[in-house]
Amino acid sequence: MSSHYEAPIRKPLIIGDKSYHDITLEVAAPVEGKANKLWWIVFSIALIAFLWGLGSIIYTIGTGIGVWGLNKTVGWAWDITNFVWWVGIGHAGTLISAVLLLFRQKWRMGINRSAEAMTIFSVVQAGLFPVIHMGRVWNAHFVLPIPNQFGTLWTNFNSPLLWDVFAISTYLSVSLVFWWTGLLPDFAMLRDRAVKPFQKKIYGLLSFGWSGRAKDWQRFEEVSLVLAGLATPLVLSVHTIVSFDFATSVIPGWHTTIFPPYFVAGAVFSGFAMVNTLLIIMRKVSNLEAYITKQHIELMNIVIMITGSIVGCAYITELFIAWYSGVEYEQYAFLNRATGPYWWAYLLMMSCNVFSPQFMWSKKLRTSIMFSFIISIVVNIGMWFERFVIIVTSLHRDYLPSSWTMFSPTFVDIGIYVGTIGFFFVLFLLYARTFPVIAQAEVKSILKSSGDNYKRFRDEGGANPAPVVSKVVETKAKEVVEEIKGSSEERTADLMSSLGVFDSAKQTADDLKQISGVGPKLEQTLNSIGIYSFDQVSKMTDNEYNLLDSLLDSFKGRAKRDDWAGQANNLKNNG
Amino acid sequence: MSSKVIQAMYNDDDILMDAVKEVRAASHHIEEVYTPFPVHGLEKAMGLKDTRIAITAFMYGCVGFSFAVWMMNYMMIEQWPQDIGGKPSFSFLLNMPAFVPIMFELSVFFAAHLMVITFYMRSRLWPFKEAENPDPRTTDDMFVMEVSVDGNEDELISFLEKTGTVEIKVTEKH
Repeated sequence: MSSHYEAPIRKPLIIGDKSYHDITLEVAAPVEGKANKLWWIVFSIALIAFLWGLGSIIYTIGTGIGVWGLNKTVGWAWDITNFVWWVGIGHAGTLISAVLLLFRQKWRMGINRSAEAMTIFSVVQAGLFPVIHMGRVWNAHFVLPIPNQFGTLWTNFNSPLLWDVFAISTYLSVSLVFWWTGLLPDFAMLRDRAVKPFQKKIYGLLSFGWSGRAKDWQRFEEVSLVLAGLATPLVLSVHTIVSFDFATSVIPGWHTTIFPPYFVAGAVFSGFAMVNTLLIIMRKVSNLEAYITKQHIELMNIVIMITGSIVGCAYITELFIAWYSGVEYEQYAFLNRATGPYWWAYLLMMSCNVFSPQFMWSKKLRTSIMFSFIISIVVNIGMWFERFVIIVTSLHRDYLPSSWTMFSPTFVDIGIYVGTIGFFFVLFLLYARTFPVIAQAEVKSILKSSGDNYKRFRDEGGANPAPVVSKVVETKAKEVVEEIKGSSEERTADLMSSLGVFDSAKQTADDLKQISGVGPKLEQTLNSIGIYSFDQVSKMTDNEYNLLDSLLDSFKGRAKRDDWAGQANNLKNNG
Repeated sequence: MSSKVIQAMYNDDDILMDAVKEVRAASHHIEEVYTPFPVHGLEKAMGLKDTRIAITAFMYGCVGFSFAVWMMNYMMIEQWPQDIGGKPSFSFLLNMPAFVPIMFELSVFFAAHLMVITFYMRSRLWPFKEAENPDPRTTDDMFVMEVSVDGNEDELISFLEKTGTVEIKVTEKH
């Protein structure tokens, strides 16, 4: 079918000779396997940071906002800096899943699941800060337009702070359903592979009974498309409205019409940097280098380069407009930023955000994994300082020189910030061990067009599409078959002697269909050979697999690929 | 009409597509097709109608927009008009620009959530719902076509065997 054709100039998005089943196995592997030591170490550090943050939050709520470093002049500092930083990081997830879907960019499929997870987890962190900053958090419901004890006292819909409440909560909830809808088929895959009853139950619950009917897929694709269409303006509106928190005020340095596009570009910039940070580690740890390829990292680096340059343009425009406006307060605000007591923060912001992404013009640097990782960290630091510069340096020298002051954070400020980083990584690490971290159903749908082996086959002039994967397996299986001698009766006897004969009088037959890869028909075949129990299957080694393959007409090599013995061993111990 | 169905399993999406076309051409009735990923063009080959879920999203969006207009008009203009920062709330039209962000957010909120709920209800997806795929391999790498038995069963089986299937099962319709 010609529909699998893709221009040869496009680089493969799935490396290696993958079949649909290989994708299933490799996406399920991190979930079905055991966590290694490194995971536990990182998780413990994140958990300790989270608990420290939790302690700091409880201390703040119990004692009051006075425990922070805020003063009469600098009324917003780390809290709002962290809030904007986290919301910004969240933007890349929706951008990857929604905007790249609308532009039909196939490379989003390897990374969209984790990017969306990152979005949701970072928006959760962001949401914490305004809530804590309210001081009396038990009155948090006052931000909602609900009837209260004062009768008809409503929220002020003219206030950008209230717009923010609506924007952030819409963004969080819509991202969540977008993410979950995409997860249903992949949870279903884990459910159908699950061996232990507990896992089967949990993934059955999470997958909402997804069955993969043609009509469901048709609706699924339409819903994804419409959600992408809705999420695209939504994601732009969220950081626009965050920037209104500043832009609608009359503080020099904040009262700027360039803020909305400048904030959105900065958000995408920092978000892609965080996606790079997380995925460069995850592809290695979870063995997903075939799906999150160098090409993916290079493309993300290009987005970082472009959005970083937009942010650079915005910085320079701001400076120019401040000078050109002729307003001396505005001029002083920017002069103070660059040359005042916070010059070091301004320098850090400029070098991390404007200078460092320019290295990505070099093909050699942007395809270097190590360099991409370093730049992604640098960008995250730079974007934190951007918000710090905008917020603190605009406030600390206000209209009244007698109240000029500096801001220094207390251990509580630092604790809450570090705590949210810990919380974020706790969530992300748990996600990486329990969720299908690649949208495997979608990746399967591009295997024939963008898979390495299929592309190579077409480049060599092969007919389209090329079912090369099964051929390789088949020839291997055939070679083995030839080595095995004797009639099928002898081979059956040989197999049964190593697996042990099933005695129906003493033992009860197990439901072999619980082994992933065994269907009702195959179970019958196995029974006819004399295999009834998990105990027998668990004894299988390479020799027995070959004997079994020689007895089966189809599914050759399948038993070994699916590791029936290992599965049966689990089932035996859990049954 | 018999309630029996034949489940023919395929291991490749292109073979499945050809099989679906052959089965339709031989005017047998395809009850259902279960696939592990969206096979593009399958719904056309099966003769499924286009989904109307995008239209519902538009209508839900209109509901959200109207709700936002009604809510802010009621709360800010009618019930308790205030003079905030020298800008009195006595006219909806004059105050409208400040309401645009929330009108937008609520339109998106209603459209997205109600559309997804509609999708879940129509496709019968919710927590504790039992999965209905006939074989666990259909979420991995296998494709199952369910054809209803209408007339000669053996004839249909031998017909399906020629379409490249790897496994055939006759079962009662659930």
